[in-house]
Amino acid sequence: MTKPTIVSVGKTMLMKFAIALTMGLAVLGPVQASEGGALQSANVSLDDVASMQRGAKLYFNYCSGCHSLQYLRYSRIAEDLKLDRKDVEANLIFTGAKFGEPALSHMPADDATKWFGKAPPDLSLEARSKGADWIYSYLKSFYIDPSRPLGWNNTVFENASMPNALWELQGLQTAVRKAGVKEGEGAIERLEVSTPGRQDAAAFDRTVRDITAFLEYAAEPAALKRESMGVWVLLYLALFTLLAYFLKHEFWKDVH
Amino acid sequence: MGAPMTRIQTNSRVINWIEDRLPIFSFLNAHTGGYYAPKNFNLWYYFGSLALLVLVNQILTGIFLTMNYKPSAAEAFASVEYIMRDVEWGWLIRYMHSTGASLFFVVVYLHMFRGMMYGSYKKPRELVWILGMLIFLALMAEAFMGYVLPWGNMSFWGAKVIISLFGTIPWIGESLVEWIMGDYLPADATLNRFFALHVIALPLVLLFLVVLHLAALHEVGSNNPDGVEIKAKKGADGKPLDGIPFHPYYTVKDIFGTGFFLMIAAFIIFYAPTFGGWFLEHDNYIPANNLATPSHIKPVWYFTPFYAILRMVPSLFGTAIWGVLAMFGSIALLFFLPWIDAGKVKSVRYRGLGYKIALGLFAVSFIMLAAVGAGVVGELIPEWFGTHVDATAIENLFGRFWTIIYFGFFVFLWFYSRGMEKTKPVPERVTTHD
Repeated sequence: MTKPTIVSVGKTMLMKFAIALTMGLAVLGPVQASEGGALQSANVSLDDVASMQRGAKLYFNYCSGCHSLQYLRYSRIAEDLKLDRKDVEANLIFTGAKFGEPALSHMPADDATKWFGKAPPDLSLEARSKGADWIYSYLKSFYIDPSRPLGWNNTVFENASMPNALWELQGLQTAVRKAGVKEGEGAIERLEVSTPGRQDAAAFDRTVRDITAFLEYAAEPAALKRESMGVWVLLYLALFTLLAYFLKHEFWKDVH
Repeated sequence: MGAPMTRIQTNSRVINWIEDRLPIFSFLNAHTGGYYAPKNFNLWYYFGSLALLVLVNQILTGIFLTMNYKPSAAEAFASVEYIMRDVEWGWLIRYMHSTGASLFFVVVYLHMFRGMMYGSYKKPRELVWILGMLIFLALMAEAFMGYVLPWGNMSFWGAKVIISLFGTIPWIGESLVEWIMGDYLPADATLNRFFALHVIALPLVLLFLVVLHLAALHEVGSNNPDGVEIKAKKGADGKPLDGIPFHPYYTVKDIFGTGFFLMIAAFIIFYAPTFGGWFLEHDNYIPANNLATPSHIKPVWYFTPFYAILRMVPSLFGTAIWGVLAMFGSIALLFFLPWIDAGKVKSVRYRGLGYKIALGLFAVSFIMLAAVGAGVVGELIPEWFGTHVDATAIENLFGRFWTIIYFGFFVFLWFYSRGMEKTKPVPERVTTHD
């Protein structure tokens, strides 16, 4: 850890203000696509490189078989998440793709449609269209539902085509229904883990948070750059504006 | 003023040689150092120069975006992501352009409201106002077409909804819609022609109108917060007593305003470029898909007041054209403001209480209609009144009330300014300055 400098403190303050502003605007704002009930806060941070690194590894082990990141190159991941080319080639590239190529899934779309009913969507911009909170909540909300073709359902995205790719880690969840309500909206009171997986609830939350952080990064790699340089731009402009104020004051002395 | 062009005095042989053939330096001097502006401009007078600044920003960033953007339905969406990820500084250029688009409307709306507050549309500035309104119209067309270019799902559905408005015109409506789109749906042909209009036709129109707007302004001279004609009181040197040369006084003042404005713009560009979904909408990060309708189709925030009027006016006699007419009418009425308002006093400072209240209500109606058009009101109703109420009925009641207030302003102004208004005496000279 480096000592907090004026710039890093300023950056943190700006980020907090930006987050507060964005959340305030989002509350009043044009609605973001949200099926289902209230979302849990993902609470991811693009300052936490370790989390995004873990998320990348989890993503390529559990998600990339079906989902592409057609706008994200492996080389870019290495550069942005401070990973070695060798590590990326050994741990993230399972498709034989070249280092400079985008992270495409090898699953043929036609087969995928047959298997799942719908081809798995590209996830490059998932965090921008649906938001980090949606991804975080969605990945935690799978439950066993024998009425569905693959035996899975989801409380955040009802009748999703996707099975729970993380079931080994999370275990199997079943829905606890409200007394007297069988079907329809609001019928499910909560989900509970009926068969434990390899991770307890806290560890699984962290797993999902890491994947969400990686997808948040993947949706806008430039965010790393803009957030780190913005504070310098603002400091420069503040100085410029101050000088401009003195200049104006000097000139306007003779206006009576 | 009328910008009398006097020959600039210089010893430079090069400048004199040019001046003998094309008096460009004398022209520039006449419109800067030789242009006398009232000395009492307040905060509201920054927005004109800021609008010019944003226009320049849009053109410059637009040139660089055009170098990497592909105006085809198959490639447009991916080319925007290419700009965001692979083009050096592409993300910054795009955010400057997208943030600039929204801030353009912020400063233009404030600039227009300033004109209404201080009566800057009144004689002799009617043409300045009308040229400004034409700029506003061109700007709306420019922004609408620009929003279609990323070819996201909101681009597609927004284009579909807005173009279908022309379908309500009797007889020719349907063929007109096909003619505009060049297809039965917004498609490759639509995107291509919108690109041509967005990067060439409309920017040329905008620049031409801006030149005329400034030329007309410099002919009649700037109004001011007191609504006093500074040309009425001139000193022995023939210069207005309450006037100061635009350069250097207002150039240095505007540089300060520019710095302040750039701080706000930079904060948005670097820390909140989507502005919580207001400047760049979430649904536009999904590629255009004519089979997947977004759950809420709505235009970007700057069109929402007019979109609300469109939605709030009901269909009658089996046609929805009334909403379309009301929407265009809400803009058309502003063109006639100089003749709707017959009041002789310009500034709100010296106008009757009725005018002050009416103008305040007009501003509130604009904001409330924006909230209705953006779907904010529809979202808040179940939160405030519970889910058992008929949210659409309440939203309609609310939206129609503010629609009536919006149009009511013009009706009220017509009658109020023709006899009912009790104005205060206007001072002979400007009262304040900083």
